[in-house]
Amino acid sequence: MMQEIPLTHILFVSTALFFIGMYGLFTRRNLITMLMSIELMLNSVNINFVAFNKYLFPDNLDGLFFTLFIITIAAAEAAVAIAIIINLYRSHQSIDVEDATEMKY
Amino acid sequence: MNISSILFYAIAAFILGAGVLAVTSVKIFRAAIWLLFSLIGIAALYFWMQVEFIAAIQIVVYVGGIVVLIIFSIFLTQHSGKEMNSPAVGKKLVSAMAALFGMAFVANLIAHYEGFTYPSSKPFNPNVSAIGTQMLSTTSHGFILPFEVVSMLLLAAMVGCIVIAMRPKNDIENSSVHNNQTN
Repeated sequence: MMQEIPLTHILFVSTALFFIGMYGLFTRRNLITMLMSIELMLNSVNINFVAFNKYLFPDNLDGLFFTLFIITIAAAEAAVAIAIIINLYRSHQSIDVEDATEMKY
Repeated sequence: MNISSILFYAIAAFILGAGVLAVTSVKIFRAAIWLLFSLIGIAALYFWMQVEFIAAIQIVVYVGGIVVLIIFSIFLTQHSGKEMNSPAVGKKLVSAMAALFGMAFVANLIAHYEGFTYPSSKPFNPNVSAIGTQMLSTTSHGFILPFEVVSMLLLAAMVGCIVIAMRPKNDIENSSVHNNQTN
C-alpha cells in the first residue's frame, strides 16, 4: 500500500517544518507572525506523533490522542495570545516586540 | 514510484513551500494566507496517512478557527497591505544558519538511526468509535482525566481572554467624556 514511503521521509518533512518555524521565530519581530511560527512548530510535532503511531504502533491510538490534545491546547494558547496582543496594541499602538520594553532588564 | 509516493512528495513540497513563504513574506496578510495553505497541506498529509478524523479536526480547528482568529487580529491591529520592516541581513543570516544547522543535524540523526522496529505490516485504520471509546474510558488506557483537564483549560482560557481583552471600565468612561467634549 503506502509502505513505499519509509517513516524517515515523514520525519524529514516534520523536521524541516519545525526548523522553518524556528527561523520565523528568530527573524520575525511582529507578535502575530511569531505566533504563526509557533503554530508551524506545533504542527510539525503533530505530524511526528501521527506518523510514529501509524508506522510503529498500529495497535494503539495514543499518538492520535496526543495530537488531539496538542491541537486543543494550541487553540487555547492562540486565543489567549491574541487577547494579549490586542491589549498590547491598545496600550502601545504597536505589536512589535521591540516597542514593548517596559519590563526589559 | 507509484501514485501514492508521488502524492506524498507533492504534499510535502506544498507544506514546506507554503511554510517558507509564511515565515518570509513581508506582507503580514500574505503570511497568514500562506500559513493557511501550509495547514491545509498538513491536513492533506493526515488524509494521506488515512487518519481522517485527525485531518477533519485539523481543518476545523486550525483552518476554520486559529487562522481566522489570526486574520481577525491582523485586521484589528495592522494595515494589512503595509509591508513589515525586514529584519537585518546579519540577523537573517545567523537565523538561517542556525535553522539549517539544526535541520542538518536532526536529519543526519534520523537518517542513521536503525532502531525502528516495524511491526509485521498490520493495517492502521482507527475508526472514530474506537477513538471516542478510549477517550472517555476510565480504565487504565483511557484518556478521561486529560479530557476533563483540557476542558477546564479551555474554560479558563475563555474566561482569561475575556478578562484580558476587556477594556477597563474607567477607560470607557474617560473616552466617552472625551468624545462628548470634542463634540
